[in-house]
Amino acid sequence: MPISDADWVAIALTLRLAAVTTVILLVAGTPVAWWLARTRSRWRGAAEAITTLPLVLPPTVLGFYLLVLLGPAGPIGRVWEGIGGDRLVFSFPGLVVGSALFSLPFTVQPLRNAFRAVGARPLEAAATLGARPLDRFFTVAVPLAWPGFLTAATLSFAHTVGEFGVVLMVGGNIPGRTEVVSVAIFNHVEALDYGAAHALSVGMIVFAFVVLWVVHSFDGGGSRPSMVRLP
Amino acid sequence: MTLHARCRLARPGFVLDVDLELPARGVSAVFGPSGSGKTTLLRCIAGLESRVEGEIRLGDETWQGGPGSPVVPSHRRGVGYVFQEADLFEHLSVRGNLAYALRRARPGGIAEPDVIGWLGVEPLLDRRADALSGGERQRVSIARALMANPRVLLMDEPLSSLDDTSRREILPYLETLHDRLPVPIVYVSHSIQEIVRLADYVVWLDRGTVRGAGPLRDVLRDAGLAAWLGDEAGVVVDATVDAHDDAHHITRLAGPWGIVHARRHDAPPGSGVRLRILARDVSLSLDPEPRSSILNAFAMVVRRVVEEGPGQVLVELAGGEGTGQAFVDLAGGEGTGQAFVDPAGSEGASASAAPPALLARVTTLSRERLDLAPGRRVFARVKSVALTDD
Repeated sequence: MPISDADWVAIALTLRLAAVTTVILLVAGTPVAWWLARTRSRWRGAAEAITTLPLVLPPTVLGFYLLVLLGPAGPIGRVWEGIGGDRLVFSFPGLVVGSALFSLPFTVQPLRNAFRAVGARPLEAAATLGARPLDRFFTVAVPLAWPGFLTAATLSFAHTVGEFGVVLMVGGNIPGRTEVVSVAIFNHVEALDYGAAHALSVGMIVFAFVVLWVVHSFDGGGSRPSMVRLP
Repeated sequence: MTLHARCRLARPGFVLDVDLELPARGVSAVFGPSGSGKTTLLRCIAGLESRVEGEIRLGDETWQGGPGSPVVPSHRRGVGYVFQEADLFEHLSVRGNLAYALRRARPGGIAEPDVIGWLGVEPLLDRRADALSGGERQRVSIARALMANPRVLLMDEPLSSLDDTSRREILPYLETLHDRLPVPIVYVSHSIQEIVRLADYVVWLDRGTVRGAGPLRDVLRDAGLAAWLGDEAGVVVDATVDAHDDAHHITRLAGPWGIVHARRHDAPPGSGVRLRILARDVSLSLDPEPRSSILNAFAMVVRRVVEEGPGQVLVELAGGEGTGQAFVDLAGGEGTGQAFVDPAGSEGASASAAPPALLARVTTLSRERLDLAPGRRVFARVKSVALTDD
């Protein structure tokens, strides 16, 4: 069951997509999760519902609307190409947008829960000690919520690796550009090349197992991992 | 640097509405039952509540002036806050927690080694925050608040979540804090025992409003508060150690109405102590010298009798002759909602009489038999006296 060069390209592309998506989600998702954890606004419920939508909708629905919005005729696509970008659909940037939306709940939910678990008290204590809001966030909230960050990063990464429907619709199936592992497996099965399909699939299973193992070591274990940072 | 707090905060089912002025030094205790708004008041002073109306000033610095002026956020008020549950930063060691405060501290203030020494946290420095006992956590919490060089120290029932041993361990530290800190301390508690040991000034809060405020001794003499305190009702008076009677394990004290006998206490002759005399330990008699096992007896005059409950009354007694101080009872007779008026500013005080010195709890039957009414001369017999060093 050798893995062909084309398949290695697919694997590299998948990992790159997952990494870029995860970074973008952590940066953009953290303020959203922070707000959701702490706001008392009446829009919180609606906002939570929106960030959870990608979990519930069929990937084809998401993929379809992304195709419409990001396409050259769609509102976002037009703006993007207007400022000099290449076509978003059937390209890597388009995949990133689709993946980010698709994996959004996997970043926002763990982070929001972690921030909520921190509670208001440590932050109030920090405020009385003279820490300004950003200071409090980085020196108290983030260190106390770090298992949430780890979970968010790992789950978002893994979830992006496992995408199929959204990627297929937004990315097309272009080898070297938008053909990720899940699509490559699909292609191999269509072509009746079961050996290649096995090779990639077993790899995916091993990968998924390792990821879940890591996540469960740090999350839901009951006790905090021992981590003392003496300044 | 007095602390002015005029706060109004409305929540579903509860309204905090106070107008206070707390002294610039010493310990001001905010006392009241659960749900009376003590913690809310403290949080308003600290700037941790967002929907407060009113005015909060420390000295000449306005943190929240009336409408129009910006509210100063918590991190710029310089309030040290010790939470009920000793909220230390779990991701840092004790040393890390203290360093956090030190790094953001206002300039000046007590030196770090001094704070560490006073609270005895030296041996704890390298421990993790969650590897400490309750008492240790609170000491570190206090040390951390002090490291920030606060302009006022706010303590929210720091002892209530501790077991008795931890509480006894920490109280001496709190008692010395009072002398060593040049800033006012606001101490919230529902325990009258803590307040009697620590406070100079007391604010009595009930259901969001101030029922009484004044120096400790004055507030404790209020029969209205006493009725509410139940078994803990009683006065605090000052006395000096006169001599020790080691053969009988007794200490003689020079009190305001005469010699007071108490169980042997270690303070040296000449030192000042606080005496606490509970209303339930005071019995009254018309005879000066019945042979009795009770050693302490004083000649007193009944100032006021207040109904306390079914078959019970509280008797306010003043010692012997008047001393020219006026005590004005604004609400008259019922014992609720009183304020204490500074004698120098009293209006229309009828007779110069000393403020009540002692409270006694007796049955209504005894009241009738002894005909206890204002002006009656009686002998108060005090069964037991508790001492704390002053």
